[in-house]
Amino acid sequence: MELNGGEIIVQCLKDEGVEYIFGYPGGAVLHLYDAIFHQDDVKHILVRHEQGATHSADAYARATGKPGVVLVTSGPGATNAVTGIATAYMDSIPMVIISGQVPSPVIGSDAFQEVDTVGITRPCVKHNFLVKDVTDLAETMKKAFHVASTGRPGPVLVDVPKDITDPNIKVPYHYPEAVNMRSYNPAVTGHKGQIKKAVDMLMEAQRPVIYSGGGVVLGEGSAELRELTQMLNFPITNTLMGLGAYPATDRQFIGMLGMHGTYEANMTMHESDLILAVGARFDDRVTGKLTEFCPNSKIVHIDVDPASISKTVTVDVPIVGQVKPVLQQMIDLVRESKQRPSEDALQAWWGRINQWREINCLDYDRNSDIIKPQYVVEQLYEVTGGDAFITSDVGQHQMYAAQFYHFDKPRRWINSGGLGTMGFGLPAAIGVKLAHPDSEVACITGEASIQMCIQELSTALQYNTPVKVINLNNRYMGMVRQWQEFTYESRYSQSYMDTLPDFVKLAEAYGHVGMLIEKPADVKPALEEAFAMKERTVFLDFITDRTENVYPMIEAGKAHNDMKLRRAPGAPVDRELS
Amino acid sequence: MRHIISILIENESGALSRVSGLFSARGYNIESLTVAPTEDPSLSRMTLVTRGNDQIIEQITKQLNKLVDVVKLNDLAESVHIERELMLVKIRTTEGTREEVKSLSDIFRGKIIDVTPNTYVVEMTGPSDKLDAFINALSEESIVEVVRSGPTGIARGEKGLQV
Ligand SMILES: Cc1cc2nc3c(=O)[nH]c(=O)nc-3n(C[C@H](O)[C@H](O)[C@H](O)COP(=O)(O)OP(=O)(O)OC[C@H]3O[C@@H](n4cnc5c(N)ncnc54)[C@H](O)[C@@H]3O)c2cc1C
Ligand SMILES: Cc1ncc(C[n+]2csc(CCOP(=O)(O)OP(=O)(O)O)c2C)c(N)n1
Ligand SMILES: [Mg+2]
Repeated sequence: MELNGGEIIVQCLKDEGVEYIFGYPGGAVLHLYDAIFHQDDVKHILVRHEQGATHSADAYARATGKPGVVLVTSGPGATNAVTGIATAYMDSIPMVIISGQVPSPVIGSDAFQEVDTVGITRPCVKHNFLVKDVTDLAETMKKAFHVASTGRPGPVLVDVPKDITDPNIKVPYHYPEAVNMRSYNPAVTGHKGQIKKAVDMLMEAQRPVIYSGGGVVLGEGSAELRELTQMLNFPITNTLMGLGAYPATDRQFIGMLGMHGTYEANMTMHESDLILAVGARFDDRVTGKLTEFCPNSKIVHIDVDPASISKTVTVDVPIVGQVKPVLQQMIDLVRESKQRPSEDALQAWWGRINQWREINCLDYDRNSDIIKPQYVVEQLYEVTGGDAFITSDVGQHQMYAAQFYHFDKPRRWINSGGLGTMGFGLPAAIGVKLAHPDSEVACITGEASIQMCIQELSTALQYNTPVKVINLNNRYMGMVRQWQEFTYESRYSQSYMDTLPDFVKLAEAYGHVGMLIEKPADVKPALEEAFAMKERTVFLDFITDRTENVYPMIEAGKAHNDMKLRRAPGAPVDRELS
Repeated sequence: MRHIISILIENESGALSRVSGLFSARGYNIESLTVAPTEDPSLSRMTLVTRGNDQIIEQITKQLNKLVDVVKLNDLAESVHIERELMLVKIRTTEGTREEVKSLSDIFRGKIIDVTPNTYVVEMTGPSDKLDAFINALSEESIVEVVRSGPTGIARGEKGLQV
């Protein structure tokens, strides 16, 4: 079969089983768009801004585990995609980005719409390629998918100069079944001796805790994680990225840890004598002050990326490998072993944890006559039966979503954790809805974040992806305002906007349904009404309490046992507990 | 501590900037970096000199290994090894100083490879501290130009850094 460059790319996507490609045309990719025109196996989703394309593709990947695919033109097309590429990079999301480039002979001459895309994206991709010969194109595409989706996943960019897709140059097409790269051999199974050592430590622990992260979601290790945790009766906490990998409604789950984690999760970490870290990277939002992080704990760390191990916190037993096989190896060893962790010690440990739970750190004022954002999330959980895919933007609303929507399954919670990209939520919801058309998809957002990619409401109409936008409208960049309240004596510098749009009319202008909800009593009925409109995208503008803050909070540079808690009813100040 | 890291990397355009970009992005320092193709033209060999405590060096080697183009690497500081650097020095000479420069160069096993009425160019290889010593032995005013390659190195013994 002889194909031209554009046809080769399309054929590679078909051979790779790609369903959707999210993109936006322009001069450098017109040959490729012509090849797309001639087929309909790979469906092209025309976004309204290249950032939207990257977030939709990224969320498609988060929701399915399959790499998301993006197509953008050279110059501004590529630069607009950078935020989304960096977002995927920080959260280790498999994605393949095809960018057009000016023709090879003029590269370097400041040609029209030329930027050094390979150079600009280098620090925020797992790898990138510049295609120099059309005969290399198919193999390069295979390598891109291979690198993006194996080991620690990540975005891979393929920059394609326009002459490579010249319709008049046809070459034989062959898509390799597999590629062998001598320089790239990610680990799979872990070192047996290390695993044995780790299991011995689990058996000896008096105050153990399992701390698991996004790696369990990425590595499809939820079933194994659950089995091991329940065999051992250990408490388990998840990072923001790991939510859903262990069922949040299970008794052994003690909530998220870190800056806005629960009191019980952070105290359990701090007081533990053994941490089993699984696919988590000891991020600064999680550890707080490093010198006071878990002072008495031995740490076992399972991670596929050796560079994640002992990067910020030195660990005692490193295990490099994929979570799924390594956890399975551990389960087998525990099963074979006659030893079990001390029941007395565990009982005493659970006793302390349950006392910390009694603080009820997530409690909020349920009698308020202003809508509390937490209440909206709780009602959303009720109305969707806890089984919706939830995307979010960045800010307080993101934390309320993480704290109050109890994710029982992996890949249901889709948010930008590492880069914290405002604008992620709406295009992400579209990507998820395309992946799971029969599931409910809601985007929990704020009035500032939603405006960063609001243009994608138009894409949602064109491709009929009915999602529910839950706008927790506090008329503030709430997260920024909260920091200003705590650390800048409430000098609210530039953290609010005087001129918010009428979101109901805006939604209607885009062809959707808009609803304004101002009273707590209307929250649930509004949600029910919105979710009853199965075929419509509905924008629910909830006017929420402007002064509400996210608690608990470990302020930057403080330790796990130094949390700020919500003030007790009637008390004049926030509680500082330790 | 000073470390000298040998890297085998795919000889692709952009490979060098992946390495140098990694160092600047993560705030590691590079004292010197040399690179040239190996006997297998699809591979380049880099020698990189850097400094840091054990934890930083561990991260540097892990991050380098993570680069998709890096095939193999070796921290020479972990084994007995040989280091050599090439230096060319242009030295201002006069009737009166020529003999002295020549004998100094001989002591350091340098070679005079270019002569003009007013200058010598001396070629010298050796461990970096030997080259430093030669420079220090010259008078400051006499030095017109110093060009140094940065160190390259190889481990002693039978093992080699190979694919
Ligand atoms: C406003 C805001 C507030 C935040 N507050 C918090 C907070 O309170 N608590 C919190 O936890 N986070 C919080 N975050 C998120 C935080 O910034 C990090 O993104 C997050 O903590 C990282 O999660 P993780 O450690 O699970 O790592 P991820 O980024 O999910 O990384 C996954 C790790 O697993 C490894 N891995 C990947 N695949 C596999 C596999 N198959 N097998 C083995 N290992 C694998 C990777 O190498 C990596 O080390 C906040 C973010 C924002 C924007
Ligand atoms: C693109 C981008 N710019 C700036 C920030 C910094 N930032 C983090 S949260 C936030 C405010 C978000 O406000 P809103 O969307 O209304 O959410 P709220 O906190 O009020 O729930 C800002 C500006 C960011 N995360 N992303
Ligand atoms: Mg807001």
